[in-house]
Amino acid sequence: MIPELGHFVLACAVALACAQGVVGLFGPSLRDPRALAAAPVLALSHFAAAVLAMLALIWAGVVSDFTVENIADFSSSAVPLLYRITGVWGNHDGSILLWCVILSLCGATVALFGGNLPASLRSRVLGVLGLVSAGFLLFTIAVSDPFTRLWPPPTDGAGINPILQDPGLAFHPPVLYTGYVGFSVAFAFAIAALIEGRIDAAWGRWVRPWALLSWCFLTGGIALGSWWSYYTLGWGGYWFWDPVENAALLPWLTGTALLHCAIVVEKRESLKAWTVLLAIATFSLSLSGTFLVRSGILNSVHSFAAAPDQGLFILVLLGLTIGGSLLLFAIRAPVLAAAGIYAPISRESALVLNNIFLCAIAAVVFTGTLYPPFANLLFGIQLSVGAPFYNQTVLPLTAPIILAMGCGPLLAWKRADLLPALQRLWLAGGAALLVFLALSATRHVIAGLGLAGGAWVVLAALIDLADRLRLFRVPLGNSLARLGTLPRAALGAALGHIGFGVSVLGIAGMTLASQTVVVLQPGQSTQLGGYTWTLQDIHDAPGPNYTQRVADITVNGLTLHPSRRFFAAQHVTTNDAAIHTNGFQDIYAVFADEPASGGAELRLNNHPLAPEIWFGGLIMALGGFVSLSDRRLRVGAPSRKRKPEGAVA
Amino acid sequence: MSPWRRRLLFGIPLALAAAGGEAFYVILRRMQSNDYDPHALPSQLIGKRPPAFSLSGAGGMQGFANTDLAAPPKPMLVNWFASWCVPCREEAPMLAKLAASGLTIWGIAYEDDAQALAQFLTQNGNPYQRLAADADGTTAINWGVYGVPETYFIDKAGIVRWRYAGALTDEVVATQLNPLLAKYS
Repeated sequence: MIPELGHFVLACAVALACAQGVVGLFGPSLRDPRALAAAPVLALSHFAAAVLAMLALIWAGVVSDFTVENIADFSSSAVPLLYRITGVWGNHDGSILLWCVILSLCGATVALFGGNLPASLRSRVLGVLGLVSAGFLLFTIAVSDPFTRLWPPPTDGAGINPILQDPGLAFHPPVLYTGYVGFSVAFAFAIAALIEGRIDAAWGRWVRPWALLSWCFLTGGIALGSWWSYYTLGWGGYWFWDPVENAALLPWLTGTALLHCAIVVEKRESLKAWTVLLAIATFSLSLSGTFLVRSGILNSVHSFAAAPDQGLFILVLLGLTIGGSLLLFAIRAPVLAAAGIYAPISRESALVLNNIFLCAIAAVVFTGTLYPPFANLLFGIQLSVGAPFYNQTVLPLTAPIILAMGCGPLLAWKRADLLPALQRLWLAGGAALLVFLALSATRHVIAGLGLAGGAWVVLAALIDLADRLRLFRVPLGNSLARLGTLPRAALGAALGHIGFGVSVLGIAGMTLASQTVVVLQPGQSTQLGGYTWTLQDIHDAPGPNYTQRVADITVNGLTLHPSRRFFAAQHVTTNDAAIHTNGFQDIYAVFADEPASGGAELRLNNHPLAPEIWFGGLIMALGGFVSLSDRRLRVGAPSRKRKPEGAVA
Repeated sequence: MSPWRRRLLFGIPLALAAAGGEAFYVILRRMQSNDYDPHALPSQLIGKRPPAFSLSGAGGMQGFANTDLAAPPKPMLVNWFASWCVPCREEAPMLAKLAASGLTIWGIAYEDDAQALAQFLTQNGNPYQRLAADADGTTAINWGVYGVPETYFIDKAGIVRWRYAGALTDEVVATQLNPLLAKYS
């Protein structure tokens, strides 16, 4: 009964989303206040319906209702409660439903917190969101229905994929999806602005917090996913340039570019068309990332159901959304004229430089991801593009960003001098040079470049912050008082840059990692990374729906317990890595196998600075949230150009 | 910039997206008609003879060299496996069934240990007419082996016609191997 109710409210959500789309887009031209007030109400009720549908599916998961095909295929009565809930979105149909719920959440958020927007703009934004949502809800209900019944029901479910039985799964997809889907709001703002044919500083100010919020979630989601793969997959790696990962990275790159150039629109009324294009591109990449990966076109290690019949539906939806928005862009954007002019050396130019390189990286990653299917199509050859390509192409493009990131925030708007800015950063430059020389002396040139780059970014941001606080030049109390009055946006930007620098440090540190694979008998030991690793014992340990063999390894006074878990229901063995971190170094042990000759085959890793990769991501997301709390975003600042209501349409 | 050039410039994103959409449409169509499998692992050996190698026997059986594969009396399979690989165990009943049906299967044990191999063959049966050991794995690199188990189909002219990476299943045999056998025997 509950699944049927879920199915029914899902159908209601489709209808409400359609109504939201039509009323939202055409309401403003009716010049009727009732039409303008309708879209927010529709958005809220559409959100409520989508949430009820999700709750119905979660309920079916919690009570293990195996008459629902989705639950029978991906859950079982032995699965712990948490994973019966999170498993609901750990599979194709459920994850699409979660995607739709978050999209409707975006509309509800705009309806609730968009009170400072002109009513017509808010209505149009909600209209665009409603139409997109209607399309994807229709997809859910038509070809990817999570409520399909199964008769006769099996006595027990097939069980969750053991790899997904992890707390990381509980948080990674919702956070990542919020990031992906959140860019729909920036997209809707761009479309609404194109329809109205007007983009000004106020528009830049309105769109930026939405883009920033989804950027924070996307950053957090990517960091979580990378961390999750690092500690559960047991490969000792954190990024594999897999199409699914690239699908998350691409909107992050263009979204980061969008954040930066929305500042230019807000402050200087320049780069308008480019900002609109980035907003469209970011959401388009989110969409194609989520759905093309699922269509089975791209070969990925992530197992999603490959269903070509769904693929066609997806392609039509993507065509309408992306094609329609780009068509609108081609028609309306050429009339958007830039107001502000600026010199080649200025804050604006630094931000343009940032955009050029971020988009160049995005283009490279995009090409690498799509080259295999396109090469097959055009030249009939089968090939795969792997990490060596990305490492060789992305790293050189990151170097200029790192260099420019240090001095960009110190430049003035309109016209600036590079030399004084560089003089203020002599300390950061000197430190970076020392790091590089020290490491290249021991022949770690790549690691040296990376660590020097990371140090440069972190120190430059810290110096800028210290200058603003007049640290060490006025008494400490005065500096702290200045911290209180410092615009949160400036603090957030500094934190964002520091976070990126810290991640760069972590990635560079990982190139110094050492690894060994050994077979040890209990009592034997081996040397790695200056430590003695001793296998003490191998023993059995109980688990909820698995049995496990645990190896006890002592390193440097610590005991690690990597285990091999055998899931009887699926005949799958997973390796649960044991990681000990002190914040600056990970020691990482995987119990790979038990050879017939006895003992344990162990993979031991020493990862210097590895925790900094995710720690940096966290700082970046934190910086975004700090920037969101800026006063000018909290207090609905009045738009500079007040136009009479109704003159817009 | 003149207004129409500006318009043209702003149409580029649409044109690119349209081209991409069209390409994806063609790919999807080809996936539906089984012309394109994004998960296929290409082998550069298809249409060629295996590279030169000579491997000694294992498990008390006769080994073989590339010259032995030059002109087999009838189409045959070369199966790469290892005693330490779990999918190879899963594949064993299928290989036994194929061997019982009269298909010639030669095996190459990849980076395997003699004792563990003997144990594997007693547990899972021995479908191989000849069995060679690639102890250091260099022959596997020359063949472009992706991982074990992996199966190569060699026709009467000694040319590799098909490679399958992963355990052979009923579906793979029915949809891929049987048509090849019908075509080349």
